Amino acid sequence: MSKTHVSTCINGDTHEFLCDTQNTLLDVLRHELDLTGSKEGCATGDCGACSVMLDDRLVCACLVLGVEADGKEIETIEGMSSGSELHPIQQKFIDLAALQCGICTPGVLVATKALLTKNKNPSEEEVRFWLAGNLCRCTGYDKIVRAVLEVAADMRNA
Amino acid sequence: MEYVTPQSASEASQALLQEGAFALAGGTDLLVKLKTRFVSPSIVVDIKRVPKIMTIEQSAEGWWIGAATPCAEIVEHDSLSKDWSGIVEALSLIGSTQIQGRATLGGNLCNASPAADSVPALIAAGATCVISGQTKEREEAVENIVTAPGITTLSKGEFIIGFKLPKPKLRSGDAYLRLIPRSEMDIAVVGAGVSLSVTEDGKIEAVRVSLGAIAPTQVLLTGLEDIFVGKEPDDDAIQKLVAVAEKACKPIKDKRGTIEYRTKIAGVLAKRAFAIALKRANGY
Ligand SMILES: Cc1cc2nc3c(=O)[nH]c(=O)nc-3n(C[C@H](O)[C@H](O)[C@H](O)COP(=O)(O)OP(=O)(O)OC[C@H]3O[C@@H](n4cnc5c(N)ncnc54)[C@H](O)[C@@H]3O)c2cc1C
Ligand code: FES
Ligand code: FES
Repeated sequence: MSKTHVSTCINGDTHEFLCDTQNTLLDVLRHELDLTGSKEGCATGDCGACSVMLDDRLVCACLVLGVEADGKEIETIEGMSSGSELHPIQQKFIDLAALQCGICTPGVLVATKALLTKNKNPSEEEVRFWLAGNLCRCTGYDKIVRAVLEVAADMRNA
Repeated sequence: MEYVTPQSASEASQALLQEGAFALAGGTDLLVKLKTRFVSPSIVVDIKRVPKIMTIEQSAEGWWIGAATPCAEIVEHDSLSKDWSGIVEALSLIGSTQIQGRATLGGNLCNASPAADSVPALIAAGATCVISGQTKEREEAVENIVTAPGITTLSKGEFIIGFKLPKPKLRSGDAYLRLIPRSEMDIAVVGAGVSLSVTEDGKIEAVRVSLGAIAPTQVLLTGLEDIFVGKEPDDDAIQKLVAVAEKACKPIKDKRGTIEYRTKIAGVLAKRAFAIALKRANGY
């Protein structure tokens, strides 16, 4: 099977890899580059556990071909904290227990950061619509939404 | 599977001529079909580097929306959203934020699903698409593209470069409504797009209504001119619109709704979308 050479920037670092054309960006992140923070819940775009930023757009990594990443900038959950210091969004999710099994959490965090970059003061409804593509089977969403609203307020006041 | 990234329209149609070739735009339909082995392309032609296919431009005639422009980018375009609120409403309903980051108008149309949300709104607006092929470009009304679920009138080697929307007339408005069983992330039970314009004294000047998910393809309602044009849209005319909408329905029945339910909803959504478009045309 033919492999394609791909060069991409992930969380600020250049990565080069050989990629089977039918592998998704999610396959590449998890299996080639050992960046296993992005999760695979469905592989068909429904659950959002694989959410990453691709050239500053929130997308499902399971619906992007690995070869499409050539020349692109990607941000994953691994790039969110600064060293051992958690991002305020991550810290808030822990403080408010906005996660249980944690499978949806990386995707929810990446999606939340994308929201708060665009909209510093989202309403509850805006948060719920923005995160509608991030399914969580554990929390019932309420704690997630509360954490997002609280951290948004903290970040506005910081 | 081979993967190519043509840099020009003619390179792209050359590549698409090959046996088993599929165009790739946002991939939100194609990658799901790859995963589920519904299709197994021998070559995937990533059309996103073709010039003009990712741009939004305004001219004296109206708007150009590149066929591979992600919905998220279209939704963020303020003056386009003002001119064609109904179209932007329709495509902002496609999937989730993540899906919006990738999904495109070209893909929504060419995937040829009866439930594709942007299509009734585009048809109602009188949008056309510019199709690139081996030897020439051609322009075609959006309603002439899909002939059956999964089937389009594009020939081998052809693909859509972009959509043209007319410059909206004075005192015009458009709207799109869809019903789904949940509040987000589901497939339309019915979708209804309306575009209309009114005269200074409040009479209907022109009207187009298109329905989705009620037949194998989107339907452009016929016979509306006689009902509306040159008159004020009174209750009687609206009842006739409902009847025309219901009559156009040849829906399937599935877990989202029976035939009777879909037919009834088609009339209701056509009526409500008409009311919203009329309000917009009158300037509120
Ligand atoms: C979780 C999820 C939710 C969704 N929700 C909705 C929804 O609410 N409403 C809705 O309408 N759809 C929905 N969809 C379907 C899909 O997102 C849309 O149809 C989308 O617009 C497809 O665009 P794309 O660019 O991703 O298409 P692609 O997957 O890239 O392409 C789709 C098909 O069209 C062909 N194609 C693409 N571009 C062109 C072109 N320019 N010229 C010729 N052929 C072309 C491809 O070869 C392929 O066969 C959903 C999908 C997912 C995964
Ligand atoms: S794994 Fe990508 S959306 Fe579920
Ligand atoms: S915490 Fe388990 S899926 Fe969300």
